[in-house]
Amino acid sequence: MSILTALQLLPLIGALVVGILPASNAKLVKQVALGFSLLVTLVSIVMAISFDRGNSALQFTEVRTWISAFNINYAVGVDGMALVLILMTTILVPIVFLAGWNESENGRWNVKVFYILLLILETMMIGVFAATDVFLFYVIFEAMLLPVYFLIGGYGSGERAAAAMKFLLYSLFGGLLMLASVIGLYIISTNQGGATFDIARLSELTIDSATQNWLFLGFFIAFAIKAPLWPFHTWLPTAAKSATAGTSTLLLGVLDKVGTYGMIRFCMSFFPDATKTFTPAIITLAVISILYGAFLAIGQKDINSLIAFTSISHFGFITLGIFALTSQSLTGAIFYMVNHGFSTAALFLTAGWMIKRRGSTQIADFGGLQRVAPVLAWSFFLAGMSALALPGLSSFVSEFLVLVGSYAKYPVAAILGTLGIILAALYVLLAVQRALHGETPAPSAGISDLNLREKIAIAPVIAVLVLLGFYPKPALEVINPTTKTVMINAGVSDPVAKVAK
Amino acid sequence: MLTAPKLDYALLAPMLIILGAALIGVLIEAFAKQAWRARLQLVVALGAIVISFEQLFRVRNQGSSIAAVTSVSIDGTGIFLQGAILIFAFLGILIIADHDNFAPQASALPGSPEEAAAIQAGKQQTEVFPLTLFAVAGMMLFPVATDFITLFVALEVLSLPLYLMAGLSRRRRLLSQEAALKYFLLGAYSSAFFLFGAALLYGYSGTLSLNGLTDAIRGSGGNDVFLLLGIAFLSVGLLFKVGAVPFHSWTPDVYQGAPTPITGFMAAATKAAAFGATLRIFYLGLDSAQTSWKPIIAVIAVITMIVGSIAAISQRDMKRMLAFSSIAHAGFILTAVVSLNQNALSATLFYLLAYGVATIGAFGVITLVRDSAGEVSDVNRWVGLGKKSPLVASVFSLFLLSFAGIPLTSGFVGKFSIFSAAYESGNIYLVVAGVLTSAIAVFFYLRVILMLFFADSTNDSVSVVIPSILTRISISICALITIVLGIAPSLLFDIAQDFAYFLR
Repeated sequence: MSILTALQLLPLIGALVVGILPASNAKLVKQVALGFSLLVTLVSIVMAISFDRGNSALQFTEVRTWISAFNINYAVGVDGMALVLILMTTILVPIVFLAGWNESENGRWNVKVFYILLLILETMMIGVFAATDVFLFYVIFEAMLLPVYFLIGGYGSGERAAAAMKFLLYSLFGGLLMLASVIGLYIISTNQGGATFDIARLSELTIDSATQNWLFLGFFIAFAIKAPLWPFHTWLPTAAKSATAGTSTLLLGVLDKVGTYGMIRFCMSFFPDATKTFTPAIITLAVISILYGAFLAIGQKDINSLIAFTSISHFGFITLGIFALTSQSLTGAIFYMVNHGFSTAALFLTAGWMIKRRGSTQIADFGGLQRVAPVLAWSFFLAGMSALALPGLSSFVSEFLVLVGSYAKYPVAAILGTLGIILAALYVLLAVQRALHGETPAPSAGISDLNLREKIAIAPVIAVLVLLGFYPKPALEVINPTTKTVMINAGVSDPVAKVAK
Repeated sequence: MLTAPKLDYALLAPMLIILGAALIGVLIEAFAKQAWRARLQLVVALGAIVISFEQLFRVRNQGSSIAAVTSVSIDGTGIFLQGAILIFAFLGILIIADHDNFAPQASALPGSPEEAAAIQAGKQQTEVFPLTLFAVAGMMLFPVATDFITLFVALEVLSLPLYLMAGLSRRRRLLSQEAALKYFLLGAYSSAFFLFGAALLYGYSGTLSLNGLTDAIRGSGGNDVFLLLGIAFLSVGLLFKVGAVPFHSWTPDVYQGAPTPITGFMAAATKAAAFGATLRIFYLGLDSAQTSWKPIIAVIAVITMIVGSIAAISQRDMKRMLAFSSIAHAGFILTAVVSLNQNALSATLFYLLAYGVATIGAFGVITLVRDSAGEVSDVNRWVGLGKKSPLVASVFSLFLLSFAGIPLTSGFVGKFSIFSAAYESGNIYLVVAGVLTSAIAVFFYLRVILMLFFADSTNDSVSVVIPSILTRISISICALITIVLGIAPSLLFDIAQDFAYFLR
């Protein structure tokens, strides 16, 4: 059994154990769930240490027959990109548990259900990045929507049922389009000698360009809905507004990354010609996302919506980096995926604490927070700085790589994207100014600062942001081989400077 | 001098056992004491199904195309579908056994003194058991019949009891009787169409058997007005039974009016039988004339998927909604008929079994949700049921998710296999239509789940009754099969592949 399988089984076992605990003892349920998630983190760190960084092949692979009639396998394995994303997931989950220690208590169901759903979700989040069989990927891609659906609808606030429904309908619609493409790939592989769902073998197929375009669109629209790219993004702000801070963290931090991950893993390696055909259009959408997200973020009055729109902007950067397809921009985009995960986590979690303490989601209701709750305020401030990609924080490294890399091929897009950074400064600083500085209104005066549990939860997130900001080498080293493989598969190389000295 | 036809009794035994048990059931009605009837009938019916299944299992590898001269061909597809129908019958009868769903005395007029007296006397409906068995026997014969007379006889044997059973509902009897009458009238029309088609095909080919028809088509080139008319009329009869648009209008009314356990059984088993016959006729008898029927059936498949999915959205009655969902599913299965390849055949077998089991389970759950006046099928009154009975609501949601084709349920694997067979046959537009209509369908399934779990209950009189042990067993088995086939579909899919063949 590969360590990857163990990694997926652990949270599942955790869910079973939580399932048999008495529902009345909420504290025990939480402790056991946290214990399991920490164990998963530990195992994933062990895995990361034993990962061979110089090797671009898939590692920790395991293949077992699942549905022999279609040659479908349970096949897992990770390369650098999958590894960093899995590591991000397993680190974020216990943080979410710890940060939202009490958010499970105002739900429609009891605490147990909350943690069972989250642990099942963790299994699937690991599985979706580890899957090397397209069918397995698809199954997890779709099935993981259900825990999120119940987490939003059961434990969220406001119009939670409607938000959950919108989220699920959008995602399922994309998923069904992707199903048609998955079937198409499978039939093409059957006609070319061997029915298979194996990612590596599917990328070797020769597909005529018209078919490539259609199949590409099936995958891409599904991923564009997931990653939310303008104009497929409308579900995200409603979902983020209604979900609990923890659910939002995992939704934007991890689940949405499946979209950008899928673009790299599937769209590019299966359909290199179609990728070239659609690149200009996608780059345009990415730039629109960057600017649109940023402009709308400036105008948001609700903290969670603000974070959602900043994410739309950031996903625009990631998509730009991916489809610019230079080694710098691609590496930057993959690294951005990780950084955005932690950066969003910091934003959502600190914002969640602020909202809970103040009882309001409106930015205008806060003010002068740094006087009453300095640690909370500074955490929010740092999270904001990470969102605007302040040098010294990890998101700067990735944003810089994306823009420099894209500039080589798409100067206009890169310049417009840079405008997004300026807008980012605007929306972050405006929010920071309104919430943290100025007069402290009377209802905010009694806001307490972070307690020990919350400090422990936020500390690792900020540590990662700072550490990778100053010393991104370990992450980039892991990501680089993936970048090279993707570029070889897609048949592109870096542009060479026209004037050589 | 006439010689007796040679019959392969071992292969026909599964059907004969069921018919025999049905006759015994009739005798029980005539001679057994009222108090004993229900129990006796149940034991006889379940016993016959088990014995029949066992016999079927014993002969599973010895197909014959001349099991009853040239009228019956017991082959892989036939055996698989007979097994599926027996499974549906078993699960269905467990729910039918809950007599609270049936009128105590079907012959008494609704609201009449006789009815009141029958209720007073605590009478129980027991004729439903032999009726079910007769229907099952017809259903088992329909997919294995290879000449038009046998096909027609099977069609009638399966339909007539169903017409009666549809009118047996205990509550809302007028609606139930209206459904029965409607079903009967339209069913009679469709049978007439079927018969007319058979007659035209006889006129064209000079033979009643499917093999003879194939030879005739090969000989003449397959472009004859009698052939085309014959195919058209025959298709009308078959499409009516599977509930395809535009011959679907009976489905919602009958599904709604019939007693819910009957609806579940009928939806699952009739579909299996009718699609079995449809597949045999189109794959075996008419494949040489495929250029003349494929485009039409393909269009019907697309329209069926679209109408079923869109009409279901506006339904406010759970049973009507599932009726339209079953129409949409008929459209999905029709894509497999059009695909006309080996994989489509095995995919259909899997789909029919997976869908049937989930259907029986879903209708089984509907029988449990009641208020003081009986079953509540109004969707809006199910609101908040997830709070009152989380388990029942979860199981119902599972069936809905399977209908919607969400991964890790049997419905997903069925859909995947059918769509991939359609893609393989080159009918990519059918896949696209299927995928898009699935996306529409997801909406109304999810809306129900949303109501069950995320809306607060406004009506306290609706509750889930504690199910009888038999109903509980049936629903549990259905739920279990739905999950297991979603996680480990190979268990059934490999079998379906082995059995996906026709004997000529």
